[in-house]
Amino acid sequence: MVISHTFTSVKFIFIPFRHKGMRIVVKPEVCMGCQICEIWCLVAHSMSKDILNAFLLEKPRPKSRIVVERNSSEYLILQCRNCEEPKCMFACISGALYRENGILKYNEEKCVSCLSCVMACPYGAVKFEDGKIVRCDLCNLDPVCVKVCPNKALEVVS
Amino acid sequence: MKFENVIIGNSSAAIGCVEAIREIDSYADILMVSADRQAYSKALIPYYLRGKIKLEGLIYRKEEFFERLNVETKFGIRVEKIDTNKKEIVLENGEIVGYKKLLIATGGKPFIPKIEGLNARDFFTFQTLEDVLRIKEAVEKAESAVILGAGIIGLMLAEALVERGLEVKVVELADRVLAPVLDKKTSEIVQRKFAEKGVEILLNNTILEVRRNEKKILKLRDGREIETDLLAIAVGVVPNAELAKNAGIKVNRGIVVNKRMETSVKDVYAAGDCVEIFDSIAKTSRPIPLWITAYMGGRIAGFNMSGIPRDLSFVTAMNSMHFFDYYIITAGLSNSEDGEVISRLEGENYRRFVLRDGKIVGFIIAGKVGRAGIFTRLMEEELEVSGFKDKLLNDNFGYVDIPEAIRWNLLKEKVKFGVVRDAWI
Repeated sequence: MVISHTFTSVKFIFIPFRHKGMRIVVKPEVCMGCQICEIWCLVAHSMSKDILNAFLLEKPRPKSRIVVERNSSEYLILQCRNCEEPKCMFACISGALYRENGILKYNEEKCVSCLSCVMACPYGAVKFEDGKIVRCDLCNLDPVCVKVCPNKALEVVS
Repeated sequence: MKFENVIIGNSSAAIGCVEAIREIDSYADILMVSADRQAYSKALIPYYLRGKIKLEGLIYRKEEFFERLNVETKFGIRVEKIDTNKKEIVLENGEIVGYKKLLIATGGKPFIPKIEGLNARDFFTFQTLEDVLRIKEAVEKAESAVILGAGIIGLMLAEALVERGLEVKVVELADRVLAPVLDKKTSEIVQRKFAEKGVEILLNNTILEVRRNEKKILKLRDGREIETDLLAIAVGVVPNAELAKNAGIKVNRGIVVNKRMETSVKDVYAAGDCVEIFDSIAKTSRPIPLWITAYMGGRIAGFNMSGIPRDLSFVTAMNSMHFFDYYIITAGLSNSEDGEVISRLEGENYRRFVLRDGKIVGFIIAGKVGRAGIFTRLMEEELEVSGFKDKLLNDNFGYVDIPEAIRWNLLKEKVKFGVVRDAWI
């Protein structure tokens, strides 16, 4: 809950879904495309939390939340930006995408895989793999990808 | 009784409006009146019929939503009329409620064409919870079904019914399915998907007459007569704008609104399926009965109702649909031939872009649809894409394919609806 004053009036503001502005940003000038973030993101979202199990044994195979774009010469890492006005959430017909304590969350049970969020996300940060929506959950505000990046190319900003 | 904000309706646009008002103002009183007994997602109805979700899954905002946001509700009550001079609404139980700002979000209703011999109890529509409950009951006893209209709703219903083991036929006036949004190639793929599952699609056809014995006998335009247990009509949705019309608010095909969702009468706003809105791509005003349009319209109305002027900057038709796990996302003038058309078909993966003056004005992505939102973004930004247009057709097109100078500008943090940030942090 955020309580503050407006500049224009004396009304109090109570904003239950407002986010704290936290998001992960990438500094492209220092990202060397090592994909370590992608590997540990996958592990963090596995059942076992163990790198070998996650890659070799677990079924269904855990999925990385990070979008890594590559072409012949370049890498680009894109995460969910936890947008101030999340179009994915606005487009969601089932309430599976919602915001809690400032973070956009996803409730798989409610999701019907209609892909309205895929259609709406301007960054293409909502992935669709094996019939399921996959998206960044900001690891409860302590993102693994940021911790493991050897070049500090990923950063949490708020 | 008088409220600062009165909202008629309780679906997408109404929820968008409430959430917007509450982001700005925690104390303004809000009343929501609706003929529906419960707020639920109408877009989920096909999924409920298919058994993908349970009845409670239709409720897309938690039950305590209205309480938590301090919204007074009068559900299951119809609004009889609006008096824009006295700024009052009259409910069907005689109650009179005053308003400072009013949002009309009365939604749409199924369009029923004139068919000889057709009675209200002969057919089903597929729009509301009542509809789906009726269909569910009828399906238990039915063996065959005919659906008039091969649009998204009609085809989703066909998919649900065929999964339940019915023999399904779809009758469509156009020469292919989903003609308003898809091009020929994609229509053909969809038709093939349905044919594989045993759904017969009768194109260039319509129902002329309905007769009954045990079953319903439908006389078609091509002279054929078909028998069916269940008849559903899904030819389209028209704005439900009578209430506004009777109140003297300007209505064409739908309630006329400007970019701020204001109607022709001061302090009355409208959003959702009941309005006609300016399509930024087609450059014409028309009803766009889609979830996200409704939500965004309601949201923008909510800001304006709370005294924060904001425009709905980008609106166009946008569809995400899937039939038998074949996904299709379309936006804008997706099937237009007018302009430069580039496309690539590989197996069942299809991409088609319509460019005008080097800008994307419409696209169809089918099969692998991941990250289609990027193209909606490029449309919205009116970005010149001719420099990298061949790359658009790659399955894994991304920001990395956009020339660097433009790319970082696109990825820069930007709140398009920026007033929010400036006005109240």
